[in-house]
Amino acid sequence: MALLSVKDLTIHFHTRNGLVRAVDGVSFDVHAGETYAIIGESGSGKSVACYSLLGLVPMPPGRVEAGTAMFAGKDLLRLSNSEMRKVRGKGISIIFQDPMTSLNPFLKVGEQLIEPLLLHFDMKREEAWEKATATLEEVGINNAAQRMNAWPFEFSGGMRQRVMIAMALITEPEIIIADEPTTALDVTVQAQILKLLKDLQVRRNIGVIFISHDLSVVADIADNIAVMQNGKLVEQGSRDAIFTAASHPYTKKLLAAVPVGEKQPAPAQDEPPIVSVDNLCVFFGESGTDSEVKAVNNVSLQIERGEILGLVGESGSGKSTLGRSILRLVNPTSGSIRFKDHDVTHMNARQLKPLRRQMQMIFQDPYASLNPRMTVYDTLSEPLLLHGICNRKNLDAEVFRLMDSVGLARESVLRYPHEFSGGQRQRIAIGRAIATKPQFIIADEPVSALDVTIQAQILDLLLELVDRFDLTMLFVSHDLGVVRYLSDRILVMRSGELVEAGTANEIFTAPKQDYTRALLDAIPGKSLLAARAADSGS
Amino acid sequence: MTDTTTPDNLLAATPKGVSLWQDAWVRLRKNKLAMFGLGFLGFIIVICILAPWITPYGYEDQDLRLGASAPSAAHWLGTDTFGRDLLTRIIYGGRISLAVGFIATSVALVVGVTYGAIAGYVGGRVDSVMMRLVDIIYALPFMIFIILLMVVFGRNLLLLFLAIGAVEWLTMARIVRGQVQNLRQQEFIEAAISLGLSPAAIIRKHVIPNVLGPVIVYTTLTIPNVMLLEAFLSFLGLGIQPPNSSWGLLISYGVESMEEYPWLLLFPGFALTLTLFALNFLGDGLRDALDPKASRD
Amino acid sequence: MWRFIAFRTLQAIPVILTVITVTFFLVRVAPGGPFSSEKAVSPQVEAALERQYRLDLPMYQQYFTYLADLAQGDMGPSFNFPGQRVDELILQGLPITAELGLYAMLVAVVIGVLAGVIAALKPNSIQDYIPMSLAMVGICMPTFLLGPLLVLVFGIWFDWLPVSGWGSSPGDKILPSITLGAMYAAYIARLSRSGMLEVLSQDYMRTARAKGLPGHVVVIKHALRGGLLPVISYLGPAFAGLLSGSFVVETIFQIPGLGRFYVQAAFNRDYTMILGTTTFLATLIVLFNLLSDFLAAWLNPRLRYQFSKGK
Repeated sequence: MALLSVKDLTIHFHTRNGLVRAVDGVSFDVHAGETYAIIGESGSGKSVACYSLLGLVPMPPGRVEAGTAMFAGKDLLRLSNSEMRKVRGKGISIIFQDPMTSLNPFLKVGEQLIEPLLLHFDMKREEAWEKATATLEEVGINNAAQRMNAWPFEFSGGMRQRVMIAMALITEPEIIIADEPTTALDVTVQAQILKLLKDLQVRRNIGVIFISHDLSVVADIADNIAVMQNGKLVEQGSRDAIFTAASHPYTKKLLAAVPVGEKQPAPAQDEPPIVSVDNLCVFFGESGTDSEVKAVNNVSLQIERGEILGLVGESGSGKSTLGRSILRLVNPTSGSIRFKDHDVTHMNARQLKPLRRQMQMIFQDPYASLNPRMTVYDTLSEPLLLHGICNRKNLDAEVFRLMDSVGLARESVLRYPHEFSGGQRQRIAIGRAIATKPQFIIADEPVSALDVTIQAQILDLLLELVDRFDLTMLFVSHDLGVVRYLSDRILVMRSGELVEAGTANEIFTAPKQDYTRALLDAIPGKSLLAARAADSGS
Repeated sequence: MTDTTTPDNLLAATPKGVSLWQDAWVRLRKNKLAMFGLGFLGFIIVICILAPWITPYGYEDQDLRLGASAPSAAHWLGTDTFGRDLLTRIIYGGRISLAVGFIATSVALVVGVTYGAIAGYVGGRVDSVMMRLVDIIYALPFMIFIILLMVVFGRNLLLLFLAIGAVEWLTMARIVRGQVQNLRQQEFIEAAISLGLSPAAIIRKHVIPNVLGPVIVYTTLTIPNVMLLEAFLSFLGLGIQPPNSSWGLLISYGVESMEEYPWLLLFPGFALTLTLFALNFLGDGLRDALDPKASRD
Repeated sequence: MWRFIAFRTLQAIPVILTVITVTFFLVRVAPGGPFSSEKAVSPQVEAALERQYRLDLPMYQQYFTYLADLAQGDMGPSFNFPGQRVDELILQGLPITAELGLYAMLVAVVIGVLAGVIAALKPNSIQDYIPMSLAMVGICMPTFLLGPLLVLVFGIWFDWLPVSGWGSSPGDKILPSITLGAMYAAYIARLSRSGMLEVLSQDYMRTARAKGLPGHVVVIKHALRGGLLPVISYLGPAFAGLLSGSFVVETIFQIPGLGRFYVQAAFNRDYTMILGTTTFLATLIVLFNLLSDFLAAWLNPRLRYQFSKGK
């Protein structure tokens, strides 16, 4: 018998801008000892559906229109407040996405951990404290007894997520809802957390509902997978069935969006490198003190004309700072940067201006990289006029040509950024970057803020533009799969230093450094990649 | 060229986007209190500007035979102990009160925005020195200083503007500096730098339009503060001096005889309070309308 | 923590010195001597008076003797109250003003926080609109208008409460305390509302509710501390405001406190008195700002942690 049985769940939001069918007739079952993954892009209703089980959807504007959710003989959707409080944290626990904001910064970790025990089991404080310490140990926190007295900010992101998991487990619930529990974490940490969750689930025989936007994350741990789109559950089935025999077009699109394979490296050029960086150091903070951060430490690299160079590293590795310092958006502390025949290391803004036309950047966050008060037309015409590429007469034609190149509808030329989706905004930003017909572009995590299917479109657009305009690109990313798909060569960065360089094939088949190996091992979704590779091979 | 339509025509024919300003205006118009504030303020300003042409009485015209009389058809809000028409005096007092409010706020606006923008944009050591200075000035007990200034240098209107402006620029500088610093980290500013735009152009095209919202909001909320400060000083007899008049001064006269002639206190009090209401409603409304957070949901 | 306190305290010293210095020279350059208003005084008398008040010394010497005296708590003789020293006068007025300030602060904090929290618990409902409309009235109704209005209504028309004095008839402390505290209650209500709303929208509130905690525990244990931090930081500036507000309130209700002394001194150009009270009040305000900063820092675990690690 199912632990939880959701039937025909329908939740609407009644907002000022009209009715939103957030969850539309969703049914699924979760069994003990099962990991049930719900996959969907942002706005698909996956989180709302699960939060409603615990009455955590703000009502109003939300309203449960129909459906039942049977758990332990009761319908969760029709519980009184006090009955619901007995389910929350005791029968069903929840782990939230962002461990940095989900713990109360004003209370010590131990205090927050024992809270559900005191509440649901009428336990003595000492007893609860002991149990909490044991649970902290179980989720892999060293020195648990001491760490109980620490503040949340003394923990790293991964450690906080372990605390959150301990908090969810401590009451021995029958079901745990994990809402994108690893999305905010680095890959290696993600791998640890996923393994921990799976181990605990098997050992304690609990049901886990795992919400994610990323098929590969759940690929190795899910037993069953459901796919949601626009509030509807479009397909569900066992993991293997979804991977090999998906029938719904949206599921197929999601599967296809996982980048597979690697680019054939471009043939070596005789020309001198377009960018060469020698012994570059970028330090922040006061030198010689604790506050000094060596963001980039003695890095040397060369970028050949026409190649796509992938730069991978985890957060804080200095990969973005390296990219920005090549464009002189960050001032280097020492070392030198050459762009073609120019030493740009110490150029001032005026000297740099003619070179800026030839090197451009695409930023990570399409919501922050466009001036909210400028229309597409203003944004795209700014570089054209600044560098004298167009005059007033042929400006309109050029702006439209740019919009065509990046796949934006011409009708939207007078619209403002907030009127576009994330993917469209990134297209505008790409249009701005290629407006001056540059030779070199740095793309700093250009797809990591986007939904998976959009990611695939933007990656393909970038590849097409590189080909068409003969661009050289430095592609900065934390995602090894994406980098492999796109790059001729790959650099691996850690704590400000370059640890390994090689072609995609070399890096993936014969990594020389332990760190690179750890990164490769941490890539989620091996089973999915295998299935996809077999699929695309056949 | 493969284009079949001429771009000029297409541009003219494309639908216009809705800018954030238009968006904010739509939101503001839905806010009844803010619109009331805007309307009331406009009304008061027009009346005060046109005072000499619309009041039948002179502002110092005495009618000693009348003395203090309750509101009547001839004198809508009554007269004071010298038989002067109270409505006329409130209107003329409003001219000074509003003038102090607007002029001192302008002083604060110019000084605060310039200072804050420089500190925020230049950043680094310059910023920390400039903001440390603001912190120190902030810790000074200003009200006492203004009183002191008024005592020492006499009750001079220009000095009053400067003194009040000198207090209020601090908060403005802090707000602008915070906004600019925030903006500086935004990727669209980095994008502008990497396009090769000069700092002046970046400030003009990318920074100013984006800090304008908070500046407008805070300016609207500074005016009532300044008016309160002026009224406070005038009430103590340290601000505006007769024969000039302001609402604060009228209230202090009203207090002296409130037992016998309560209208002398109530009407100037209403005038001040209602105007402050209007300004605060408008300021709050503008904040809601211009705050991007509010538009996100 | 101690290092932070020491550092901030050291930072306050130049501020206080600046206040004293600026005040001193402002007062000295003021047009018209302290006795110029009085009728023809013979040159001998004037010289004697100048010697008594040390006005015959060069300016810098006056300044340094004043500082030296001040360090011993001597603020010199008053111009207008012959035979009395300024520090004695200040000490006479201080307890009264302190008591008034304390009551007003209580009014402000208790009413303000309650109203703000209640409003934040159900935003955009009647429970929000009523306290917030009252707060708006409080902000737009200056002390010098509210005071007389309260006197008019409760003192004169209804004749429920005495309209002046301090401690001489029962109930005469009620109106002044409310008058002085009202505007700050309004500010604090708005601050605590926005602070609470901010905290209540944080992710960790959802965590608390997901544990099954009942609503009041979520608010009291998880929300209150973070939500009221802005109020704590505001207490310093509020105190400064209360002091200047006491000038008006003490004048309206004829309370013989520091504020009234100050206003009288300002009118009578009693320069030593102005100098003394300004120095005293300014120091007090700087110290209170310091205290509220310390309190806010202490309530913020991250700051407290950093201080304890000596960073």
